Order: sequence, then structure tokens, then C-alpha cells
Amino acid sequence: MSGITGIHDDEAVTHALVRDVTLPGEAGTMALITLDNGFDHTKPNTFGPRGLTELDEALDAICERSDLAAVGVTGKPFIFAVGADLTGAARVRTRAQAEEIGRLGHEVFRRLGELEVPSFAFVNGAAMGGGLEIALHCTYRTISSGVPAVALPECFLGLVPGWGGTQLLPRLIGPANALKLIIENPLSQNKMIKGTEAFKLGVADAVFEPADFLEESLSWASRVLTGEAAVPRPPFTEDAGSWEAAVAGARALVDMKLHGASPAPYRALELVELARTAPRDQGFEAETQALADLLTGDELRAGLYSFDLVQRRAKRPAGAPDRALARTITKVGVVGAGLMASQLALLFARRLQVPVVLTDLDQARLDKGVAYVHAEIARLLAKGRIGADTANRLTGLVTGSLTKDAFADAELVIEAVFEDLKVKRQVLSEVEAVVRPECVLATNTSSLSVTAMAAELRHPERVVGLHFFNPVAVLPLLEVVRGERTDDASLATAFAVGKALRKSGVLVKDAPAFVVNRLLTRFMGEVIGAVDEGTPIETADHALDGLGLPMTPFTLLQLVGPAVGLHVAETLHEAFPGRYKVSASLANLVKAGKPGVYAPDFTIDPEAREIFESQTIGTAGPDAEQVRQRALGALAEEVRLMLDEGVVAAAEDIDLCMILGAGWPFHTGGITPYLDRTGVSEKVTGRRFLAPGVASVPD
Amino acid sequence: MPPSRDVVFVDGVRTPFGKAGPKGLYAETRADDLIVRVIRELMRRNPHLPPERVDEVAIAATTQIGDQGLTIGRSAAVLAGLPKSVPGYAIDRMCAGAMTAVTTVAGGIAFGAYDVAIAGGVEHMGRHPMGEGVDPNPRFLSENLVDGSALVMGMTAENLHDRYPGITKRRADAYAVASQEKVAKAYADGKIQPDLVPMATRKAAEGWGLATEDEPPRPGTTPEGLAALKTPFRPHGNVTAGNSAGINDGATGSLIAAADTAAELGLTPKMRLVSYAFAGVDPEVMGVGPIPSTERALRLAGLSIGDIGLFEINEAFAVQVLAFLSHFGIDDEDPRVNPYGGAIAFGHPLASSGVRLMTQLARQFGERPEVRYGVTTMCVGMGMGGTVVWENPAWEGAK
Repeated sequence: MSGITGIHDDEAVTHALVRDVTLPGEAGTMALITLDNGFDHTKPNTFGPRGLTELDEALDAICERSDLAAVGVTGKPFIFAVGADLTGAARVRTRAQAEEIGRLGHEVFRRLGELEVPSFAFVNGAAMGGGLEIALHCTYRTISSGVPAVALPECFLGLVPGWGGTQLLPRLIGPANALKLIIENPLSQNKMIKGTEAFKLGVADAVFEPADFLEESLSWASRVLTGEAAVPRPPFTEDAGSWEAAVAGARALVDMKLHGASPAPYRALELVELARTAPRDQGFEAETQALADLLTGDELRAGLYSFDLVQRRAKRPAGAPDRALARTITKVGVVGAGLMASQLALLFARRLQVPVVLTDLDQARLDKGVAYVHAEIARLLAKGRIGADTANRLTGLVTGSLTKDAFADAELVIEAVFEDLKVKRQVLSEVEAVVRPECVLATNTSSLSVTAMAAELRHPERVVGLHFFNPVAVLPLLEVVRGERTDDASLATAFAVGKALRKSGVLVKDAPAFVVNRLLTRFMGEVIGAVDEGTPIETADHALDGLGLPMTPFTLLQLVGPAVGLHVAETLHEAFPGRYKVSASLANLVKAGKPGVYAPDFTIDPEAREIFESQTIGTAGPDAEQVRQRALGALAEEVRLMLDEGVVAAAEDIDLCMILGAGWPFHTGGITPYLDRTGVSEKVTGRRFLAPGVASVPD
Repeated sequence: MPPSRDVVFVDGVRTPFGKAGPKGLYAETRADDLIVRVIRELMRRNPHLPPERVDEVAIAATTQIGDQGLTIGRSAAVLAGLPKSVPGYAIDRMCAGAMTAVTTVAGGIAFGAYDVAIAGGVEHMGRHPMGEGVDPNPRFLSENLVDGSALVMGMTAENLHDRYPGITKRRADAYAVASQEKVAKAYADGKIQPDLVPMATRKAAEGWGLATEDEPPRPGTTPEGLAALKTPFRPHGNVTAGNSAGINDGATGSLIAAADTAAELGLTPKMRLVSYAFAGVDPEVMGVGPIPSTERALRLAGLSIGDIGLFEINEAFAVQVLAFLSHFGIDDEDPRVNPYGGAIAFGHPLASSGVRLMTQLARQFGERPEVRYGVTTMCVGMGMGGTVVWENPAWEGAK
């Protein structure tokens, strides 16, 4: 115990409060344990060494009694328990400490399944990780249909459910269903299921509505104890075939997503396989060993670092001005009626619920833009995502105007016109002629200078960049660009708007292509450059699979469109000609009107291959390892330059941008933890980005 | 009366009653959660009743603020998960709140406005002490509209001893002891438990618990013990904590239906409504209220006191019950009166008590086919009484 209490000095101890409950129907007395850390639902119950010890002591007292018919466990209002205390996990230094955490959890939790009387978990609220595992140790479970989140998110972070989850769950609900919770959901943007779904999967034996969940659960428990209620469960099968099939299916999914990049899901697969035949002690010890390996590995640390970025830093953007300075937005103008403008109009109308006016010089384009938004609203209605009243309201909010007069009473106007500085300057000056002096003017430029765009305005201090990522409705990142003269009130308004749009704003300096596009383009430039030198497209495109990125570079190029990719590359080439090259083949690909190098069946389009091969400069390009080295080296160099230029406040913001805007994985920590732990940062820039211990195991 | 349509009491249920105050069962439990639990249990116990067939939810509370405010009948219906199409409202006649909820929806049913209604009451006197937020008009006193003692219920009980000098403290205490004994016996015989719905009780420092029985009863109460208690309302007076109901938390609910609808839906009536009446008396002796209300209800029913086989009279104070009995010439220990004991032991969460009387009368009807008629009656603050006369559907004479 002594070895790990020290790393949890600030543990929010989840207490185990025990009260006797007289069960209805003369079923006897239940010792009911309430898990409660004394805070409200915004600080959920978690388990650290002290909380586990309190639970252990409560079970000691319970075990000394002979008058009990059963033991129950439930949570505080809205929360059952959400797992291990992660702040402590990040401070583990030695393998011995890691093993102690694993063993302590097993030793305490397993008692619930090994009492002389049956135990019941009444899952009244969110149950995740160790919180779900404690329930799995109980003999029976009920769950509230109001529970919003049931999950084993360990693999998402880089851990395994190591307090019994991998051993108990597959034996309870079968390997296929268990792997859904252990592998599939965590690797699908950490999907959580609701109480009713958990019941359907067999995680709980009974489901009750939240209004009188505990009373009805206790009544059910009484009926189970008196034999009045049966508890049907699917029979357990040790049939090797079905286990192998389930594990193989999950393994294929993990391979597809990670290409071996993060060890945790693979360890979870092994543990689930083991659960088929392993006795309890052996299975639990295997979990402990897996936990110890992962807790002393850098992938998990990067995962915890990423989680913290997304949970905390994303909510308190570094360098953002005082929120109180933000102005209220009651109307928004959108210049342009193209696809981006229409997507923005829909987003603004949905999230801000204020009138949104689109303008375009061309009536047909305008009509098309407004019609697009109205059709999207109708689609939301048809899918049941919004009600008829809301659809009517939103439809009424989005209108079109041929002139910019309609912006006169708007507090925010965003332009989404053609990426050309002259055009954008012209548009902003026309808008300025109509709007009030404090109206914030935003540009959705992906690479042009916000400062240059504002230069000729009467009030350049109100111009900000709001760089959204495509698809606008999906990607959570918003790069908020501060021009040289942007004032705090306008910037604060931009952040407030971003928050209302449910985006995570990151403050970036007015530098070419900001963060995500600058890094992705540099990275892509190395991969395309290799092909230009003669490396086969397939080799170059898969050279970085080991990072476990959401898609290969050429797939990404296809997604954004070669024309956009080319445009950003050209802009960056202009800014940094030494580091950013414009591939002639890429230009030819755009000229040929190709959607990318891949044909619809994901084979290489022979014509695209021909375009690249006809331009090949060298005879033999770099091999896969060389491509990888180059691309990572280029990233390290570029990140260092961006930090030196002050594009963002810290390396953490670069990582946050890559996680939220490019979907780069938790186990790479965005990018800088990966570059640090592979030694690339030091090799290329002479130093690390993050101190040891920030996103890696402390020295 | 007579009603145009027969009205029946289908079912009634309540939470266990708790002692008000920081140590009580429900110290950290919301009032609306109590009544929601009761409504859900009523629906659960009557699966033949489609929820959308409930036409009204009338819930009484004396102090209609906070968790007893927000039009408690409607908000409790929504919280209980009844269809949004089911309306609801709040009722207040202080102690007779739930009784008034029942008579009011019964009137609506008789008129044909409803087929089925839920009627009940809730009072969390710990969260809402008696008199919370009241602002009596100064004219009450300046114009001698009521006596200064009228708003303090204990003083009105002392006043009643003055009006009935034959009712001594010794008689009141003896009645109270008997009430405690009857409740203890009824519990031992399992007469009370079936009408209770267990209620989850959470206290931040202790965790979750479950209330399964009434907290207020004090089995083993002796006349000697009661004799030693203080008389807080008058020096050397008669009214003590021992011969009065306590300060309590709890909720009750009932299912009231048109007899024809009950038959249609397969709901079995436990009582048939015969008549009801409310009456006003001098507020400073509010305890006599049940006398004129009962006389009026009997007159409306065409019955006399001799026709009544069972009395469920609320025991706000022993003296008030004894005044009623003495008026009608009924013995203090008459077995027809409160056979399971009364509020002196069970407790009296003001606006909820009326339905407790009905639920207990209904259970006695079921066991006593020789009884045809019973009354539920109670006194009410500001000088009122309420009485409902019920007929036993299980009466053997009907067969």
C-alpha cells in the first residue's frame, strides 16, 4: 500500500458508506454500500488507493456479520463510478507501483464476487472502466435506463480493463459482445452505450427506470433472493471456435485502425482469449502484468496526456482573452453561398439559434446555398435528430440576400469566398461599409494572412480568423487566428462563438496555414516528394502506418481534394520555399481532374500512377523506412519552427490541434510525444518538445 | 348528492411516514420524489389501467413552495412518467388536502368530466415547517375575526378541552396509549405493510437507505410516560407531544374512478363513495370541525350515525377525536373507531393524511363484510372539518 499512496496525495477519496436495508418480501437484510466521493455529479466517483482501502475495510466489517442476506453496491446521484483515478496513474514511476495498483484493485473488487452471500450492483449512473468492473464482480446487476454512459474506455487511453474486466465480461456476455465493449467502442471515438443497451448486451440482469430505480432494484433483489425471480443468462461456452472467431474479428479491427501502433488493444485481445479457460487467479494476474507493462510504457502516458488536453486544455484555451469581453451575437452574416458557406450557415443557425443571412452576387448560387441549408435541416428532421418545431425555427432563421445591407444589424459576419487575398479584402471592405463598428468580421481562410486581409479596413481590430475543418459539422477543432491588430473583445467573441458552436478553439498566430494544414502539408510533401523521386505510391503511402493514423497521406489527399491540397502547398511554398515544394505531379493530377491517386475500389488509378511516373526525377526513391524518417524529421523540424515563431503558446496546443483537427491518435499524443519518444525530436532539433514525464514515463 | 355516476375508490398506497427534522427518515429526500414514488406504485399495482386513461392528477400540499410548489400535481405526473397528455393540479385544504383531492376529482367524475383520476397528498414538514411563508392579514386580529390562538393548532386543542371539560388529560393520554397499542398490533398482524411502498432515502453522509416502515410509532408507550410530558401550549395544560400527532413527512395517493370505467378496465373497487361534506367552525376550536361535516355528510347520504360500522378519524389531537365521539355518544374505546390506530402513532404529514384514512378503511372493509358503511373524517386548520362516507362493496348484505 505504502508504495502507491504517495502518488495519490490529492486523491478525491470515494467513500464506501454502508447502511442496512430491510429488503421487501421478508428477504432479509442487505448491507448496501453507497460509493460517494462527497462531491456532486460533476466530479464523479473514481478509485485510488485510499478509496479501495475504504471499500476493503467496509467489506471486512460486512464479512464479520452473519445476519446478512446480501450485499449491494450503488453510486451517488447520477454517477455509479467511472474507474481508476487517472491522475495517480500518470504518476506511477516503477513497475512495482504499477503491479500494486493492479493487485489492489483485484484484491478488493473480487471480494464482492466471493462473499458468502450474493452481491448486487445497482448501476444507477455512469459506469466506466473500474466502475463497471466493480459491478461485474458482483453476483447480479441491475441498471437504470437513464444511465447515459457505460463503457470500458481503457483501450482508448492505452490501458486494458485490468481490474477483472477482461476476465469477467467475456464469461458473462460472451466474447463477441465483450469485445464490443473492450475493443470496438473504445476504438470508435470512445463510444459509450446507454443503460438500456448495456442491459440488452447482458451486462445487467435487469433494467429499471430512473424515477425509482433503487427501490425497484431492491425489490427485484428480494425476489431473486427468495427465488421468486429467475435470472436468465446465456449459457457460458468454452467452445474454442466461437472465441477464436470473436477474437479474430476484433483483431482485424485493431489491425485496421492501429497497424500495431499501440500495444493496449492487443494485450486486451490476449486477455480475452485467456479468459476462455484461465482460472480466476491466473486471469487476474495476467491483467495485472498487462497493466504493469502498459503503465510503464509511453503509449499510455501519451494517451493520458491527450485525454488531459482534450478534457482540460481544450476547455480553457491558452492565451484566450477574458470571456467577459465577448459580445453577444444575435445575428450572423455569411458572405458566399458555396458549400463551405452553407455548412457554416447551418452550423451557426443550429448552435447559436439566431438569424443567419447568406449573401452572394449571383441569385442562382444564393438560392442553391439557402436551399442546401434548408434541405440539410429537412434531413435532420427526417432522421429524427430535431423536431418539427425546431426544423421550422431553423428554416426560418436561414435566409439569403443579394446585397450586404442585410448585415447591418449583425454582430458577426464571416466570409467564405474564394481563397484570394484581393477578393477577400474587397469583400471585407464592402461588409465594413454596412455593419456597425463593433461587428466582428471573421474569415474562414485556410492559409491567407488575416493581418493582410484587415490592413485596409477602418477597423482592422475586429478582424479574426475562424478556421473550420471539413466536414464542419464533425471535426471539433477551430483555429482562432489573431491578426496583428485584432483586439481582445473581438478575439473573446470569436472564442465564445466557437464554444457555442461546440468547437474547441485554439489560439494561433497569423502565420501561413496556421497549425494543422501547415503540418499535414509538410508531412504530405515528404510522402509525395518520395513518390516524385521514384518510390512506388503504395510504399510511400504506407510508410507511416506504424503511427496508427486515421488514414494514409494519399487517402487524406483524396478526402480534401487534390486541388485544395495543391493550393495550400503553393501558399506554403511561397512562404517557406525551402521546406515546402510543389509537386509537378500533384499539379498534373489536379489538371487531369483526378479525385486522387486511388480508384473507387481503393486500387491505384493507373492514370494517376502514370501522371506520377512520367515526372519521376530519380531512378529509385527512398524506401519505406527512409520515407518514414524523412516525414517524421520534417514534422519535428516544422513543429520546432512553429514554436519558435510563436504560432501557438506551447507544444501542447500543436498536439491538441492534431488530435482534434486531424484526428491523430491519443497514443501518439498528437505528434510531439511520439517525436520525443522515438528520439526524432532530439536527432532533428537537438531537444525534446515536452519534458520527460509530461507525456512519457518519468525518468 | 346523489351523484349522477357512481364513484369508487380503487386503490390507495403511501410511503412510510417519517419524523420531520434532520434525523428523520426523509431529512434529505425531496417531497416531490415522495409523491412521484406513490404515483408510480399506484400505476404498477394496477396494470390494467392504461396510463393514458388517467384523466387528472390532483395532489395536495399545504405549503406549496419549493419541491411542493410548481403545481405539484402536474409536475409530479411528469416526473412519474405519466403521458404528457395527463393533466394535473395542486390542492390545498391544509390537513384535509388529500381528502379534498379525492372529493374534488370524485365530483368531476360524477359530473362526467373524468373517468379515472389520481388523488393524493404530500407534506414534508421537515423541508416545509408549518406556517412557512404565511402572512396572516392583520384584520384577523384587529377585527376579532379569529382568536389569537387560532393559528397555533396546539392552542386550539387546549381550547377544545375548555369546551369539553369532561375530556381530561388522563382520558386523552389513555386514548393516545390505545392508539399506539393498536398500531403496534396492526403492524404485527401485517395490516399496514401492504399499503406501504418502500422509499429510497439518501443522506449525503450515510449513503442510500430504504424506508419500509413508519418511523413515528412509539410502541410500549405508557400512561405514566405520557403523564410526564410537557404541555407546551399552556402551563399545566392538557395537550402534549404524546397525545397529539407529530411533525412528519410522507405522501399518499389513491386511484379514484367512475364505477362503470372501473368495470370496463377490470379494476376492482375497494370502496364506493356515498357522500362527502366539509364544514366550517370557529377557527380557535378547529378540532370540532368533523362534527358538523359528518352530520352534513350523513344527511346527504340519508344515513344516521348508527349506520356507520367503521370510523377512520384523523388523530391530530386525542381531544379532538374524543370530542367527536362524545358528541355522537360513542365510547372512547369503541372498536369501530380507528381499529388499526391513528395519527398519534402513525404521524400526520398534513395534506397527505386524508388518503391514509381511506386506505385503512378500504382494507378493513375487505376484512369486514358485515360492515356496510364507514366514514373517514378529519379536522382542518382555520376551523374546518371534512367527512367522506363510504360503502363497502364486499358488504355481505349486498349478496
